[in-house]
Amino acid sequence: MTENGTLQIVLYLVIVLALVKPLGWYMAQIYQGTFRPPLLRNLENLTYRICGISPDSEMNWKSYLITMLFFNLIGVIAVYLLQRLQVSLPLNPQTFPNVAPDLAFNTASSFATNTNWQAYAGESTLSYFSQMLGLTVQNFLSAATGICLLLALIRSFVRCETTGLGNFWVDMVRTVYYLFIPLAFVFSLFLVSQGVIQNFKSYEKVNLVQSIHYHDAKQVKELREQIIPMGPVASQIAIKQLGTNGGGFFKANAAHPFENPNALTNFLEMLAILLIPAAFCYTFGLMVGEVRQGRVILIAMLIIFVPLLFVTVTSEQAGNPSLTALHVSPSPIGSLYPGGNMEGKETRFGIVNSAIWASATTASSNGSVNAMHDSFIPIGGLAPLWLMQLGKPVFGGVGSGLSSMLIFVILTVFVAGLMVGRTPEYLGKKIEPFEMKMASFIVLVMPLVVLTMTAAAVVLEAGKSALGNPGAHGFSEILYAFTSLTNNNGSAFAGLNANTPFYNILGGIAMLIGRYWIAIPTLAIAGSLAKKKCIPSGVGTLPTNNLLFIILLISVVVIVGALTFLPALALGPIVEQLMLWNHYGS
Amino acid sequence: MVAKIQTHRLFNLPLIKMAVRDAILKLSLRKQIKNPVMFTVYIASFFTTGLFIQAFFWRGDASASFIFAVAIWLWLTVLFANFAEAIAEGRGKAQASTLRKSRREIQAKKLAAPSRDAKITLVSAMRLRVGDIVLVEAGDLIPSDGDAIEGIASVNESAITGESAPVIRESGGDRCAVTGGTQVTSDWLIVRVTANPGETFLDHMITLIEGTKRKKTPNELALTILLASLTIIFLLVCATLLPFSTYSTAATGLGKVVTVTVLIALFVCLAPTTIGGLLSAIGIAGMDRMIQANVIAMSSRAIESAGDVNVLILDKTGTVTLGNRQATEFIPAEGVSIETLADAAQLASLADETPEGRSIVVLAKENYKLRGREIKNLGATFIPFTAQTRMSGANLPGRQIRKGAAQAIETYVHQMGGDVSPSVKKSVEMISRQGGTALVVAEDAKVLGVIYLKDVIKGGIRARFAQLRQMGIKTIMVTGDNPLTAAAIAAEAGVDDFLANATPEDKLALIRKLQAQGYLVAMAGDGTNDAPALAQADVALAMNTGTQTAKEAGNLIDLDSNPTKLIEIVEIGKQLLMTRGALTTFSLANGIAEYFAILPAAFSGTYPALNSLNIMRLATPESAILSAVIFNALIIVILIPLALHGVSYRRVSAAILLRTNVFIYGLGGLIVPFFGIKLIDLIIHGLGFG
Repeated sequence: MTENGTLQIVLYLVIVLALVKPLGWYMAQIYQGTFRPPLLRNLENLTYRICGISPDSEMNWKSYLITMLFFNLIGVIAVYLLQRLQVSLPLNPQTFPNVAPDLAFNTASSFATNTNWQAYAGESTLSYFSQMLGLTVQNFLSAATGICLLLALIRSFVRCETTGLGNFWVDMVRTVYYLFIPLAFVFSLFLVSQGVIQNFKSYEKVNLVQSIHYHDAKQVKELREQIIPMGPVASQIAIKQLGTNGGGFFKANAAHPFENPNALTNFLEMLAILLIPAAFCYTFGLMVGEVRQGRVILIAMLIIFVPLLFVTVTSEQAGNPSLTALHVSPSPIGSLYPGGNMEGKETRFGIVNSAIWASATTASSNGSVNAMHDSFIPIGGLAPLWLMQLGKPVFGGVGSGLSSMLIFVILTVFVAGLMVGRTPEYLGKKIEPFEMKMASFIVLVMPLVVLTMTAAAVVLEAGKSALGNPGAHGFSEILYAFTSLTNNNGSAFAGLNANTPFYNILGGIAMLIGRYWIAIPTLAIAGSLAKKKCIPSGVGTLPTNNLLFIILLISVVVIVGALTFLPALALGPIVEQLMLWNHYGS
Repeated sequence: MVAKIQTHRLFNLPLIKMAVRDAILKLSLRKQIKNPVMFTVYIASFFTTGLFIQAFFWRGDASASFIFAVAIWLWLTVLFANFAEAIAEGRGKAQASTLRKSRREIQAKKLAAPSRDAKITLVSAMRLRVGDIVLVEAGDLIPSDGDAIEGIASVNESAITGESAPVIRESGGDRCAVTGGTQVTSDWLIVRVTANPGETFLDHMITLIEGTKRKKTPNELALTILLASLTIIFLLVCATLLPFSTYSTAATGLGKVVTVTVLIALFVCLAPTTIGGLLSAIGIAGMDRMIQANVIAMSSRAIESAGDVNVLILDKTGTVTLGNRQATEFIPAEGVSIETLADAAQLASLADETPEGRSIVVLAKENYKLRGREIKNLGATFIPFTAQTRMSGANLPGRQIRKGAAQAIETYVHQMGGDVSPSVKKSVEMISRQGGTALVVAEDAKVLGVIYLKDVIKGGIRARFAQLRQMGIKTIMVTGDNPLTAAAIAAEAGVDDFLANATPEDKLALIRKLQAQGYLVAMAGDGTNDAPALAQADVALAMNTGTQTAKEAGNLIDLDSNPTKLIEIVEIGKQLLMTRGALTTFSLANGIAEYFAILPAAFSGTYPALNSLNIMRLATPESAILSAVIFNALIIVILIPLALHGVSYRRVSAAILLRTNVFIYGLGGLIVPFFGIKLIDLIIHGLGFG
């Protein structure tokens, strides 16, 4: 790895970690109600009064769940209708037609589930109205839904012998008002200052500096003009990054200069990806009354994340052996020649920033991209793919990531607790058959969907015909797509033409299952834990705040992830990499 | 003791023979379906057998000999798991048959009314119902469980407890419970029956030992759920490999689509068969270890809860201290030699059969070489203790020796014209302040000194409590003594806390309070007044000598009636859970090596590059797959002793235990199969198969 690369990785991680404490503290305050920003507080109270919400009424897990599902269902329907009716709605300067039903279903599921998979190209499919009112609003709400779920789960550890898990509306309102709106507002203004656009203009025609000649049939044609898409981009990009959404305004996502114009915006957008998921570990520690518990989880996340990040960075920097065989130097020369594998990468960002982004976005179920993962060296693409296949315990989506990690903690505590000869307990709560049933269910759902859908796609013509590449690489494309969909990540490997009824419908189902079939058992666990007694801890209790527990937690996450996906990976990126090495030497 | 009758050796030939037979009998669908993990292997065995028949007579997806070998080893995997369970059960079965002998047909003397003179009808014990009154006389077997309502008798309870010395059972008080199947050796009792046929203690013991009605405990259930869902994941992983392989072979045009036999082999290797196959054996063995300790668990849940206990409530008497106070020191009055005092004290106690009296004789003998003398030879008469005089002693020719409480002796010497000196009074005060009891000795009008009677802490108990603290278990001593005495004993024994002046209600309140704070409480008890507290405690150890009510309230019964055994029970509970945890970890960690064996073997035809993953350098694809399957089967057999004995348990903190077990079973589980599979591959290849 280059010095510059190491420096950038270190800088990135240091700044992410430096922000964990202040933001984590702030979040703990707003959720515990100990501090609420003055002006926004009035707005919060006003909202309750208008909507007739009594903020002090507690919900049990079932009503919390039903409220959440109902609220999300409305989101799905709204986004679906906006797309289906966009011709008749305002702010459609390019007069885009109504979106086809299968694509509209896919997109609606995608944005309600915080997946933000994009089977469409934003700039040639959706009106400004659909983008703003449909997608941007869902960027806020779906992310907040994930946080609500986590808050209910955290409370279930803290509270003793109760059914109340908090109030969904309060959690939703506070997340949006106190956390997302202030952060997104400041961030979008900053992005505008750096050149991210924010307007309602119709697309602009500009003359090319240099005309393009191309062959069409037997004639040579000349192209002098280009259409430049416009739109309210900054307002969507800020929350897209902060809320681990990832759905870009443009097809090219963060590789597009209007979404991500320079190195600074790139750095801050990368920062925004991990900001809230990382800080929530500290919030968790504060809320359960022991900061170390949160720190342990954050460290475990980092220990999985950093090596996989290094795998991607080094493999991309090592370059493509088949090009090296043609005497293309894989090592950088001076500051102008980056070396490595630059295929599919923005020259503005280079190898390291593409690799950091790829790792962060897949770890955190964000899914935005600033480089094409399809063009990564197989092993460099394997790391992001596997980060998703772990089931988002490493940072993961805002809220949903830490929830997922806590489910892994429950599994770890169960196995480890047995090894010290006690019925397992975590944070004073006993882990019993019901919790295991639900946790097992959660662990089971994701591989079930990913593997069966991948299997269906590689057998059926409808699945195979969409492939951009044959063989192992094509297999990776399909595997990546369903992994990304089911884990509500939304990043695309690319190379796969996903806008077909087959992928739209299957993918839509995958996203819905991946989100709600995990949310339901998670809340059921919360409901069951909250009802339990709080057991005081002692030396006989399995300690969950030390290095050994970190190692165990990592082992469980990694072993479950490896055992489940190793065979599939072996037939995709692993064999591809081995063939590359066998042919050209490593 | 029944458990002591049977051999402690893990394996012996008749046991193995029986287990082999049972392992085969357990192949029935009805038995197999109870264990989800092994059930999948069972189905897989049938499936591969079918594939073999297809390959043998028609065309199979692989060579018939290869499928045959895989099928055989899959059947062996199922059989090995059955064998593990059978051998665990076998040990109990032998004991149960011994017990059954004492349940043979007994004729009961049923009384028309609860009186010795009432009319007697002979009925079969099997027809006795709760509330019936029966008479048992010397030589009779007690027909059913019950309470003695009249009479006193010595009873030989060796059929249940293994202890051959007869015990006294009498009506009223805490020794009224009698157990069906035991024998009255002298005198008679009138007993009110408290259990219906089939529900007696003996019946209960037999079913428990046989393990026939063993229900899965919550923890076992939770583990089964986890294992089942992992099995489903692996089933899915292997099933989807077929389409993946179809796609890959079509894409490369190389090799063949992976065979169903290989996928089944991969699945069985990945599935947590090690723990799945041994899980029920571990549970049965846990129950068995309890029986070895002479404790009958009324539910297997109680054993598990025992591992979770974090507070032990211990009665002072019998648990923390020896049953009775003992003389530990003679403190003479001024002008009296210690030998004189010792001699007088011994003379006063020679005929005193109370434990205190005996301890005085022993102390004098040991410290002052005063040999016990025959009271008749001295021409002495013994003056027994009465509630009026509150003294006892002996009248020798010309000497009247008395010992008793300070006040009683004071009154006595005043009558004789003597007085108690201030130094003696001071000694008495000092002794009671230290939690002891003072007995003052007087000869005629002269006070000779004081005997210091003291609660004697059981040997080694202090160290035991320290270990419990290490394990994270708090000990609370409960006593009827005053707080001063209690504090002194608590400090000496090293318990964490004590409850003085305790009434049974206080005990119950204490348990409730602790439980409300989230603690799991264990206690031991024997009296009827202990029953409410026993019923409230999470782990309640009733003494076999205790009352029927106490025994019914407890969920564990100690046949040795030794309350200190609570500690042992906690350890057995922990060991049971630990064994499960350790083998689960081991089983899951195994999967990684099995991938490295099978994946290259299955797919190197399609993608030759995958041969790089064959890091064990296994000879051929067939031998690689077969080695993994064989390893997977053999590891079950190899781990049977561990499952039955339980992983070694040390009294250390959870953190240290975890570190050790993760290292041994986690890391071991990762590494061992690499060597195991390679070794088997070398053997198979060396023998010319595969």
